[in-house]
Amino acid sequence: MALSTVLEGWSRARRADTTVLAVLVITMIGVSLLHLVVPETSPFHLTSYTVVLLGKYFCFALLAIALDLVWGYCGILSLGHGAFFALGGYAMGMYLMRQVGDRGVYGNAELPDFMVFLDWKELPWYWYGFDQFWFAALMIVLVPGALAYVFGWLAFRSRVTGVYLSIITQALTFALMLAFFRNEMGFGGNNGLTDFKEILGFSMQSDGVRVALFVASGIALAVGLIVSRFVVNSKLGRVVVAVRDAESRARFVGYQVENYKLWIFVFSAMLAGVAGALYVPQVGIINPGEFSPLNSIELVVWVAVGGRATLYGAIIGAILVNFAKTYFTGAMPEVWLFTLGALFVLVTIFLPTGVVGLLDRKRKVKKVAQPV
Amino acid sequence: MNFSSWILFFRARTGRAFFALVLLLSLANSNWVGAEEIAPAVDASPFAGLLDDDFERKVVTLQNAEKSGHARTLVIFQAMLDDKLFSRKEDDRLVFGYEIEDGYALTDALSGEALGEAGKRDVRRVSLNNALRSALLTSIARLSLSSPITSVRLSAATSTLKEITPETGALFRERLTHETDSQVRDILSNGIALVELDDADDAVKLRGIATLEGSLNQDVRNRLARVVEARADGTNAGVSEVVRTAATRALASIEQRLAWYGFLENVFFGISLGSVLLLAAVGLAITFGVMGVINMAHGELIMLGAYTTYVVQQLMPNHIGASLAVAVPMAFLVAALVGIAIERGIIRFLYGRPLETLLATFGVSLILQQAVRSIFSPLNRSVQTPDWMSGSLAFNEVLSITYSRLYIVAFAFFVFMILVLVMKKTTLGLQVRAVAQNRSMARAMGVRSGWVDAMTFGLGSGIAGVAGVALSQLTNVGPNMGQAYIIDSFMVVVFGGVGNLWGTFVGALSLGIANKFLEPWAGAVLAKILVLVAIILFIQKRPRGLFPQKGRAVEG
Repeated sequence: MALSTVLEGWSRARRADTTVLAVLVITMIGVSLLHLVVPETSPFHLTSYTVVLLGKYFCFALLAIALDLVWGYCGILSLGHGAFFALGGYAMGMYLMRQVGDRGVYGNAELPDFMVFLDWKELPWYWYGFDQFWFAALMIVLVPGALAYVFGWLAFRSRVTGVYLSIITQALTFALMLAFFRNEMGFGGNNGLTDFKEILGFSMQSDGVRVALFVASGIALAVGLIVSRFVVNSKLGRVVVAVRDAESRARFVGYQVENYKLWIFVFSAMLAGVAGALYVPQVGIINPGEFSPLNSIELVVWVAVGGRATLYGAIIGAILVNFAKTYFTGAMPEVWLFTLGALFVLVTIFLPTGVVGLLDRKRKVKKVAQPV
Repeated sequence: MNFSSWILFFRARTGRAFFALVLLLSLANSNWVGAEEIAPAVDASPFAGLLDDDFERKVVTLQNAEKSGHARTLVIFQAMLDDKLFSRKEDDRLVFGYEIEDGYALTDALSGEALGEAGKRDVRRVSLNNALRSALLTSIARLSLSSPITSVRLSAATSTLKEITPETGALFRERLTHETDSQVRDILSNGIALVELDDADDAVKLRGIATLEGSLNQDVRNRLARVVEARADGTNAGVSEVVRTAATRALASIEQRLAWYGFLENVFFGISLGSVLLLAAVGLAITFGVMGVINMAHGELIMLGAYTTYVVQQLMPNHIGASLAVAVPMAFLVAALVGIAIERGIIRFLYGRPLETLLATFGVSLILQQAVRSIFSPLNRSVQTPDWMSGSLAFNEVLSITYSRLYIVAFAFFVFMILVLVMKKTTLGLQVRAVAQNRSMARAMGVRSGWVDAMTFGLGSGIAGVAGVALSQLTNVGPNMGQAYIIDSFMVVVFGGVGNLWGTFVGALSLGIANKFLEPWAGAVLAKILVLVAIILFIQKRPRGLFPQKGRAVEG
């Protein structure tokens, strides 16, 4: 019975994945055409605001997948995943800052504006290399990955689990936020990095780049989903699920539990870094606020609303919640935090499997009902 | 211009002399009626001679005026020193003039009565020369040093000490024989010793240095440092080697005492921060430590306590002093009721699922924050500090402690002791511990575990509310205030060891002190980061905190 349930689960996942991917591809093509080809006068024309908004949602969805990997599949509730997202974003932001060159307010080709403003004389060593895209791209995955590795190694080795782990991940992102607020850190302090001019030689203001970034986010999301599915279906993925359900038992059976946890954590952090890197050029700014613990915990509710340990559920949840956020913060900002708070409470008590679980339950009821 | 605006004006214009003066003005105020009775007899006043052009005659007038014992003498002398004493050309009346846009606002020097405004040309400044200035300084010092009010004498002695001259030194010597207050006596003898330092005789100099050895006064330190300074530039040519060595030793002993007091101050600030952490964390130690329930809304319960204080003060604006006494039980009730509602409404359904509890209570915290924002506005509210909590307790010139911090330390310890007693000595405490150790066994023995859960949660939440009252006296009361404490509180509980109140106590104090000692060295933000990192590393070594719970129940 167990095996057949697992197999059925997989085939369902494959069906759902295919649906999500198809919708994703259609959205990417449709939105690009509606924005670029349809004339602005037409009612079907999509404004650049919508394109950027959808691009942001895709990045959030990728971030949600990253969290689902560790929370849904491995049972590690990270309240600090926003930190990896922000680090990826900062790596991208540093590249974009270097691309500004001498077009800044102070016209200094070597130093970003905020360093000139702080009266710094030369580029700090950790900014070296960020004028090359390949280097920045490497850092986008390496920096979050390295932090996750060090942090995870320390935490998992000493068997910090459950709420303890959640709290120290939150402390981690809180500490990083405080650190990045400092001007001395060399990341623009309070204001962060902004006023970007171009990416890979193309102006960031052009429609083409906007659509390209949107499509890139969509592709990253699709690839992220496929690779993550591959990971959770692999042997590593199955051991990770075993660790989630019975950590001590997995350990006694002979698995190096720490290593499995560590690798899934690092992989997840890298995905989050990529999501952050795609997010920054679309919104045009990265500042220490992205490290705020609230962001990380909001991300948890996306996954909870969508449904844990399904991957596609994370995507659905991220887009649903963020759509609601965009709507509420625009229409009635007072209500948003009430809604978000209520979502946390209601989903955990009444809907532990999320929207996806709700859909599944309906289908199961139908299936059981048919033969009768 | 009324009386209080004068004082403000003086503060802005005269800086240093202000301190002595406000006290003197209040002195003058007490003799107000008497002053007005004398006022009409302008010519008969002892100050008429000040209008004279001859400086020597002015000096004589000064001396006579000082002897006259006129109530306004000090005020007039001070105004004269500050170039604010004028004579009005039309009737040669002595007036105080305060600069306004194009002219002076005048008040009668003898009665303090406002005389309206006058143009720049309508008045003549009572002029001064150096001899007169120094005579004035001495007179003012002598008058205020013999004042019957100790605080006036103290501030006069302190300000005179800054620019001590042989004349004022002699004055100090004379006053020392009459002075009874030990603090004033210290300053007087310091002043005498400072004059002795300028003496030609090395023996006198050495005596001066010996007196100064125990002093913590900034001016004394600067003066000694000047004696010690190298002679290479020729400035200290007159100082012999013996004197220099003695001065060096005296200075070193002063520095040592300063370092010691600096250390004490850091320890106190650390304890003060630690007691705030203790207040914030001890409620959490109960809900998290004893019940195993993580309550992310704990910070918001603190916030509710602070807002309760605000509301109580709004309801009794005339009794701010008593408001805190009302606010403490009110805050406890409000927070405890909200806590019980959270437990019965949400957490009850989530026992055994700690991560879900964390998320649900986080949702509650968002709702509470937004509720406060909607009801009270997103801006910070100002909570008043009652009079009995303001001011500070000065041990000496470098070490002083504000009463508000002192009371909060005492309050935190008091709350902690109450909590320990409740947990150790009451039936509720016994049942709470029983449920924490083995829920099903406790139920089998007839403990109503649901009721115990609700009460425990109410107790922990109520303590958070009480913490809010204390915090409202230290920080801004706003919708976000709870968030600032939640991570710190968790760190304290995790560091101290879950399920152990004394662990929380030690954890809070040591984190507070560590923070304050790192701060001067690394800056406030970096200190905080360092402490966080240190805790993360600490958990590596001792995953269950400083004082781990022992036994089988822990492993579950």
